Order: sequence, then structure tokens, then C-alpha cells
Amino acid sequence: MKNSPPVAVLQRIRSRYGTALLVALALVVMSIIVNMTPLKEQTWLRVLFGVSALNFTLRATVPLVLGALSGILCERSGIINIGIEGMMLAGAFGGFVAKTSTNHWPLVASLVFSVVVAMAIGGLMGAIHALFSIRFRMDQIISGTVIIILALGATSYLYNRDAIAEGKFSSIPIPGLAQIPVVGPVLFDNPPITYLALILVVVVHVGLFYTRWGLRTRAVGEHPRAADTVGINVNLYRYVNTTLGGMLAGLAGAFLVLEAVGQFQEGMTAGRGFISLAAMIFGNWTPFGALGAATLFGYTQALQNELLLAGVTQVPRQFISMLPYVVTIVAVSGLVGRVRPPAAEGKVYETEGSE
Amino acid sequence: MATAFPIASLQRVLRALFIPALALLAALLAGAIVMILSGDDPLAAYSGLFQGAFGDGKGWARTIRKTVPFILTGLSVALAFKVSLFNIGASGQFVIGSVFAVAVGVNFEGLPAFIHLPLALIAGIVGGMLWGAIPGFLKVYTGAHEVIVTIMLNYVASLFAGWTVYAGGTQGQTPGPLWDRTAGAISETQDVLASAQIPWLFGPPYRVHYGIFIALAAAILIWWLIFKTPLGFEMRTVGHNMRAASYAGIRVNFTIILTMALAGGLAGLAGGIETLGLNHKFAPEFGGAVGFDGITVALLGQTHPFGVLLAAFMFGALDGGAATMQFESGVPADIIQIIQALVLAFVAAPLIIRMIFRLRQQTQEEAASAVSTSWGGS
Repeated sequence: MKNSPPVAVLQRIRSRYGTALLVALALVVMSIIVNMTPLKEQTWLRVLFGVSALNFTLRATVPLVLGALSGILCERSGIINIGIEGMMLAGAFGGFVAKTSTNHWPLVASLVFSVVVAMAIGGLMGAIHALFSIRFRMDQIISGTVIIILALGATSYLYNRDAIAEGKFSSIPIPGLAQIPVVGPVLFDNPPITYLALILVVVVHVGLFYTRWGLRTRAVGEHPRAADTVGINVNLYRYVNTTLGGMLAGLAGAFLVLEAVGQFQEGMTAGRGFISLAAMIFGNWTPFGALGAATLFGYTQALQNELLLAGVTQVPRQFISMLPYVVTIVAVSGLVGRVRPPAAEGKVYETEGSE
Repeated sequence: MATAFPIASLQRVLRALFIPALALLAALLAGAIVMILSGDDPLAAYSGLFQGAFGDGKGWARTIRKTVPFILTGLSVALAFKVSLFNIGASGQFVIGSVFAVAVGVNFEGLPAFIHLPLALIAGIVGGMLWGAIPGFLKVYTGAHEVIVTIMLNYVASLFAGWTVYAGGTQGQTPGPLWDRTAGAISETQDVLASAQIPWLFGPPYRVHYGIFIALAAAILIWWLIFKTPLGFEMRTVGHNMRAASYAGIRVNFTIILTMALAGGLAGLAGGIETLGLNHKFAPEFGGAVGFDGITVALLGQTHPFGVLLAAFMFGALDGGAATMQFESGVPADIIQIIQALVLAFVAAPLIIRMIFRLRQQTQEEAASAVSTSWGGS
């Protein structure tokens, strides 16, 4: 569509990926303008759009976008996943245990190993969720709740408070690109999982919309009977996708422990899994839409931080901290009829003739 | 009620108890396996648990004390389930109810107890109802799924509650309106006035208050509401089939908002009873884990008000015995949380139980509890 005027392009983006992506894009443009011009002398503009705010936004966005991708994989194949929070926490814990028990290894090897373990544990939780929902026909929302409570309980039960993880991922500036003003320090000077998350957005997008696997996944989530008729193994696709989704949630957990914080804390996911779900819905079940929504939610978290750093005390700190949650509610509520979940979501599929 | 207790209904009760009892048993067994795998002694743990929950008067008192909020949050979730709504927000509603009840409880000096106490309890109910009505309202008018909204409101509620008792910061932030000025740097309210405290049934060291009767009464009231009133019939109809209910002329939107408000009110009452009866003040850590457990209690109780009573008692015993278990056997009390999650898993998927205990497939009434299936609204 080479000849579409810009407005039409914007409209197409909006209808496919949701409003969030546009708002996030506007945010990026705004901050580039502010940082490249004398406008950055204005304190409040710097608080709202400064490089530090952007850096924090990206850091807050990574676990959200990974969680949202996890949700997209599951839900596109027809499995509702409200257990992302639990999978993330379990992944974080798995990564932490792996890191503490390999502290004597070379740092990079130990970190990479821990990421793998975190993803494996996340994938395991995903597989359990799939097993509950498919084999045991449990209500998928309740199964997700089980995953959350199980992860909370198991991680506190097994958590050894004396264990300390030594070292975490550090930034790898990309030569050349990192020197670009504003964009460079924000986008091209990050630790590895951040890059990986951004790459995964593209990978999942391409996978979902341009490969055989993606087409089949979507078919299974929209019309399992039709998919079955042409010979697609519906439940196999659901098992595989939910497990993959769990692995992505585990990666988000790995990000928290191995890249952001460096340690494990009980309940450290603090609602990120649930905000991811909202990002997935807000982004209309598309990877780029989810990236936009996650950026927006990440920005509210960054803003909370920047306002506190800037010494804003007129508004109580607790009210500033409510921002991400309130924005999530507003976002989910403002979507009347504008987003559409996969049609077969939440329903157990049984082949005809079985019982 | 009918003249003699009919055999048929006794059979029905027994059948209803069957799966939850097996689920509990299976969860305890699975918990034992977890303990063995991580090098703990399950026998010592369970005997400590039993001692802690029922070993002596204090144990019983702990169990009853813990049972009270579980009854109410369990009822809250169960009531919403009857209308196919999933109230994950009981913990937020609990917290808001606590704050509202305490706000009335620390003010109005000089009111006689027979006015002050009911007023404070009603404030708790109203707070919970308001907090519960929001997701109902948003679901009806914007299609926002109540699961996400209630979870987000849980965080907002705990931040809001934290603000009301906030002791002020090091940078001169203004303290919250309910903060106890004599508490120094501690963020908590002052004690509720004596006229707003629920009297002790058994005083210290037992600390069992009359709140248990309020909770029992609430269970009977909710049973009556669901099964014996036209409104309850409408609720159940909406829960079974929203579209059919709408064709039948039932005000679906009104029913959804009202149910969420009532569910919130129950959780808010739980918060009010905990603050006015037990803690006599509010601090941020008196939070709403109880609200989250309400989900498990409701499902273990098969979403029936009397089932909820039994389930709440089981959970009260588990929580009441946990500390003694940790003290006597050295097994971390968090194992209880794992067991509770397993109970939820087994009770929500009777197929697992049937597989473990090699039972035959039963009639189709076995269908899993019907929660709304998808995010997209109706």
C-alpha cells in the first residue's frame, strides 16, 4: 500500500494493533523532540520525557511485554492464561536457585544457565496449566489461579533466605548504534534480555502471521472444529503453545532476577503478570500492539519513579504509585467492542464422538 | 423445613461432600510428598498442625478466630460464582472494609456501643460494596472483564489503605488522615474506641469474639438469598445463561452490579470484623491474603453457603495450626499455602481426583464450576 496517505496508515495501525501502539509512538516522538531541543531545560518536560524516564520505561516494559507475548501465544491457540503472574514468579525463582548454585561458574555461563532454567521452570508451569485445562477440563481461569497460588506457596516454601546471587547481566552497548543521541543510550545500550525481548516481539509477530505454525495456531484458537477437520491436532497445538508461553513468562522472571534486581524477593512479580494480561488485551492480541501497551504501562511506572525522584510531594506517594493500576483499569474499560479475543478461547475442545 | 430429614437429601449432601473430602485428602498426601522430597518430616508436620489447630483451648480459639474471615470472603467469592462472576477482588474489598470500619471506629466518641458498633460494621460493608460495585459497573457498561479490574483494584486498595495510615515521610510528606499521631514512625491507626469493639466471647488469652456469629448469620442469610428469594432465582438464572435470563425479562445488568456489590460487602464485612473484633486497629500488613484464599474456600465449599462454612473451618484449622507446626517440626508454614493450592486444583478438576482414586466417571452434573469463559464480555 505505497500510496496510502499517512492518516490511512495510522488508522490501519490502530485497527490492527490497538490504540496503545499509537500513543506509545507519540510518546517516543515527543521525547525525541524534547531531548534534541532546548526544551529539555524545562524541568517538568525533563521529568516527563527525559532519557532517564525513557530508560526506566524500557526496563519496566521488558517483563510486561514478555508476559504479554506469553499470553498471546496461549490465547491465540485458545487457552486463557491468567497464570502468567505465577509462571513469571516460578521462573524468577528457578533462575535465582540456578544462579545461586552456580555462583562459582564463570559469570556469563552461570547467567545463561540460569536463564535456561528459568525458562524451563516457566515452561513446566505452562505445561501444567495446559494439562489442567485440556486433559482435566478444569476451568481455565481457575487453573490459572491454581498456578498463581501454587507458585506463591512453592517459592516461599523453598526460598532460602541466606542464598545470594552474585552478579547480574550488564549492559552491552551496540557499537555504532549506541552513539546515536537519545535513541542510542535508550535502545542500544541495554543488557541482553532486553534486546532479546524486543527481538522476540518481531519473532512472535512473524511466527504468528507469516508461518504455517502461526496460521494453524490461530485456526485452533478461532475455530478448532474446522482446524481438526483439516487434520490439525488441536490439543497438541494448545499444549505446545501454552508451554512456549510459560517459557516466555519464565524469561520475564529471569529478567527480574538476573537483569533488573539481581536477587529474588518473595512475590517480586508484584502484579506484573496481570498488567501483562491487560497489555495483551489492550494490544488486541498482537505482538506489536502488546509492545505499545506494555510501553505505556511501563511509562506509568517510570513516571511514578521520576516524580518521586523530582521530589513531588504535593501528591502523596501512594497515589502516584496507583498510576499503573489505574491506567490499566482505564485502558481495559475504554475498549468497548474495539478488541476481539480469539473466538474459541476458554473452551475445551473434544473431538466428535469422544464420549 | 420438611417433617423428617429425607434420605434423598442426605444422600445429596453426602455426594456433595465426597469430592471435596477426597480433594483435601489428596492435597494432604501430595503435601506430604513435597515435604519428603525437600527433606522434611510430614508426620511431625501434620501432628504439629493438628496440635496447633485442635490440641487445646488456645488451638481451638486460633482455629475459630481464623475461620471467621474465611467464611465471609468465601461467601463473597461463592456468591459471585453463582452469577458466573469471578471475584478475585475480595482482598481489596476486605482492606477497604477494614479502613472504613476503623474510620468510624476511632471517631464518634461518646456514642453508645449499640449504635457505634453496628455503625462501624455497616461502614465496613458499605466500603466493600462500593469497591465491589466498581468492577460490576465497569463490566456492565464497558465490558471490562472483572478478573483484571478486581486484581488491579486490589493493588489500588492496598495503596489507598496504606496512605490513610501513612506516618508521613522523611521528606515532610503529609501523614494520612487515620494515622495515629502517637505511633511515631509506625504507620497504623489508633485503637478503635471501646464502644466500637466487638465484645469477646472468650477474652484473652483466647481472643475469640462474637464475630463468629455474625459470620454464621451471614452464611444463613446468603443461603436464604440465593435459594429462597426471587432475587436469588434471578441471580442463578443469570449465572446459568445470561441471554436466556435477559429474554425472560430479568434485569441482567442490575443483577451483575448488585451481586458484585453484595460480594464486596461480604468481604468488606470480613475486614470490618477483623479490625473491630480482633486487631482493634488497622495497619497495612493486616492485608488481604484472606481475600485470595476466599477463592479456594468458595470452590472447596462447592459454592454453597453451608459448604463454604465447612471449607472455611478446614482452612481456619490449616492456618491456625501452621505456626505450631513450624515451631514443633521446623517445616516452613508456607507448605500450607502449597496444600491450599493443591486443594483448589483437585477440587476444581474432579477428573484428577477420579483418576487418583480410580473412581468411575459419574453423571453429567459433575460439570466444572462455570466461570465466564472469555475476556470479551458477554
